[in-house]
Amino acid sequence: MILDSKIPAGPISEKWSKHKFNLKLVNPANKRKFEVIVVGSGLAGASAAASLAELGYKVKCYCFQDSPRRAHSIAAQGGINAAKNYPNDGDSVYRLFYDTIKGGDYRAREANVHRLAEVSVNIIDQCVAQGVPFAREYGGHLDNRSFGGAQVSRTFYSRGMTGQQLLLGAYSALSRQIGLGNVQMFTRTEMLDVVMVDGQARGIITRNLVTGAIEKHAAHAVCLATGGYGNVFYLSTNARGSNVTAAWRAHKKGALFANPCFTQIHPTCIPVSGDHQSKLTLMSESLRNDGRVWVPKAKGDSRRPEDIPEDERDYYLERIYPSFGNLVPRDVASRNAKQMCDDGRGVGASGLAVYLDFSDAIKRLGESVVKQKYGNLFDMYQQITGENPYKTPMRMYPAVHYTMGGLWVDYNLMTTVPGLYALGESNFSDHGANRLGASALMQGLADGYFVIPFTIGDYLASANLKPVKTDHPAFAEAENNVRDRINKLLSIKGKLTVKEIHQKLGKIMWDYCGMARSEEGLKHAKALIQELKSQFWNDVNVLGGGEELNQSLEHAGRLADFLELGELMVDDALHRNESCGGHFRTEYQTEENEAKRDDENFCYVAAWEYTGDNAPENLHKEPLVFENVKLSQRSYK
Amino acid sequence: MNLTLKVWRQKNNQEYGRLETYKIGDISPDMSFLEMLDVLNEDLTRKSIEPIAFDHDCREGVCGMCSLYINGRAHGPKFGTTTCQLHMRSFKDGDTIVIEPWRARAFPVLRDLVVDRGAFDRIMQKGGFVSVDTGSAPDANIIPIPKPVAEKAMDAAACIGCGACVAACKNASAMLFVSAKVSQLALLPQGQVERQTRVEKMVAQMDKEGFGNCSNTGACSAECPKEISVENIARMNREYFSARLTGTEI
Repeated sequence: MILDSKIPAGPISEKWSKHKFNLKLVNPANKRKFEVIVVGSGLAGASAAASLAELGYKVKCYCFQDSPRRAHSIAAQGGINAAKNYPNDGDSVYRLFYDTIKGGDYRAREANVHRLAEVSVNIIDQCVAQGVPFAREYGGHLDNRSFGGAQVSRTFYSRGMTGQQLLLGAYSALSRQIGLGNVQMFTRTEMLDVVMVDGQARGIITRNLVTGAIEKHAAHAVCLATGGYGNVFYLSTNARGSNVTAAWRAHKKGALFANPCFTQIHPTCIPVSGDHQSKLTLMSESLRNDGRVWVPKAKGDSRRPEDIPEDERDYYLERIYPSFGNLVPRDVASRNAKQMCDDGRGVGASGLAVYLDFSDAIKRLGESVVKQKYGNLFDMYQQITGENPYKTPMRMYPAVHYTMGGLWVDYNLMTTVPGLYALGESNFSDHGANRLGASALMQGLADGYFVIPFTIGDYLASANLKPVKTDHPAFAEAENNVRDRINKLLSIKGKLTVKEIHQKLGKIMWDYCGMARSEEGLKHAKALIQELKSQFWNDVNVLGGGEELNQSLEHAGRLADFLELGELMVDDALHRNESCGGHFRTEYQTEENEAKRDDENFCYVAAWEYTGDNAPENLHKEPLVFENVKLSQRSYK
Repeated sequence: MNLTLKVWRQKNNQEYGRLETYKIGDISPDMSFLEMLDVLNEDLTRKSIEPIAFDHDCREGVCGMCSLYINGRAHGPKFGTTTCQLHMRSFKDGDTIVIEPWRARAFPVLRDLVVDRGAFDRIMQKGGFVSVDTGSAPDANIIPIPKPVAEKAMDAAACIGCGACVAACKNASAMLFVSAKVSQLALLPQGQVERQTRVEKMVAQMDKEGFGNCSNTGACSAECPKEISVENIARMNREYFSARLTGTEI
């Protein structure tokens, strides 16, 4: 298989405009004859479903939650980047493009990232027109802040709830189209397979999570906007329901999975408090603007932080990275926190935390200013930990936050399966090996509002799609497979709970495929996962039936897919003999313990092809060509 | 700590439900309320009793998926908090905790503690939006919006659509939820064109869904995890009267 990324020729700044002109159009009167399935209702899914319906396509949209407004995009706190240059501080489309390529440690496609930067400005316009209440200056114009160490202020925000407001904007556009009858919405519905007819994606099989009914849905094209797979680690900042199932089933139907080992570990999350822990809560990166990160200089120092004198504290980020200090990118900050804890200098009961201290900021700015800036985050911290961060430093530890890997897509966002698209976090395309802060919201909305509405038309206009209904044998076959699998899960009746096995998988992934990876550890992890997978299929206990609301069954099905994905992530991490961004192989580091890329041998996208159960996946490589940005070693010293 | 839980169990929408009593021990004060239920569900599963179904997703207080009526209070005993952000340190060793689903005719129980809040979506579909197609927006800075207005709109927009307001209201009224969206869009210049039809259509759908009327007790706002103000209800009433008096018939 040759991976054709379909990147248009020509100068980078003209590629997208030229491409849009070259795409075939569907006549307005014909659009209503085409049905499009959108799975997922987060930023990418809701914006795609709404925009496609506005164009006149018949859209069917699906989400597993009880309402499309609940998708996990809602939890994003910090903001959304756009190259508006309103503050007149030297930002431009090219600078946003450049920062994103560099931040991704040169493992993203130039053309996609440039397009993302181009449409970023339209996103802000669209959201404001919908009534999204962004923060404003006293003069009434939009406020911007700098975020994640960017040297310009290009981040638009709504208090600490930017994701919520953008999602509710997209949800409002989607609701309007549902009300008009242009979108048929299926809530509490989970996609369990893609249906292929003549080599094209022509529908999906779903399970109604209330009644358990297995249903067939046909369409001319299928868009997956199903988010990331961070929950393979069991504990992550993802919502509990976030899962890889839709993407994984697509993978098993022929869609290649790209860079699965590229996961982002966010440095500032509230540490684990015990085995009961069900999820991790992120504290916005913006806290590092004023908080100072430190650990005691002595190992195993169990004094209270207030009792540790200044000269016995190690402000290690300021020490190692004098020019960026506490504002180094996420991957660098996370790795350093881990190193301190591995060194025995971690704090708190578990020894797996570092301090984020605001006492200097409170002295300098006063408590009221700190409260104004970070009040809601401080409240949240206190609610969860029972400690008051105005009086004692916060304890922080890194946690899995975002997955840069995902389904391989070409420039049109189409996977290797004709008619099957992947949008937002579920694809791999724009963030390379590390995502910058405030870029995820931008990408989700870019794909949904401004890319897919153009590119899908070209496919629908040219693919010569025959009429297909759900009585086609391919639907019956896919439906039977789904039923068999559910019956299998319900019939094992073993001794282990789904949660127990998921926790074990999470621990394996975190220990061996988390912040630092080694050949030895990864090989060990692969064996452990295979053993766990066989335990799951022989000894899991799923109570209840298939034809009712059954949350254990939902969880079991998702875990079965995570077990397979986990193994692929390990394979991917094992094959990539370099360190880049969030992927840190201990064998490949510079003398100063920084990630050491190998551009000669690994400057490519690793796209994996499923070849059958328990068979090794085939690796395909898409070389990354940099025509505009010069590859260099990232330095934050 | 050790607790006695009385939990609403109901197989589905058709069958009657009842409170079941479960004993649970070894609960850490650092657990969230939902983590305590996770522990209980693991216990039940090991005893071959079907686990309790409850809605939850983000577990950080913003998706609005979690609910639960705990000891007679929506989202439990703390103010300004969702159930997922409630921690067991708010309870004492030996406590008995009664856990019920939201109770409202417009929110039918689907199973155990899970209810159907689709009525909220249907109200939004009638008018909870600005009709602007993708691509037709002017530059974002073309209309300056005074900061205090934007802030007030944001206060209303913070609603997470969890339904606590309905559950807390003796009339199961949805006025706080609907008024939050009506207010957000009535305050902002973007919402002006559809201002009158919006409020009329949303209120009509609210009535059709079977929500009760507002009798100004303010329980909705007191129990709202995002502390949405009842001022929004006053604003919606004003918008509604104004639309009925001066608007075009719809």
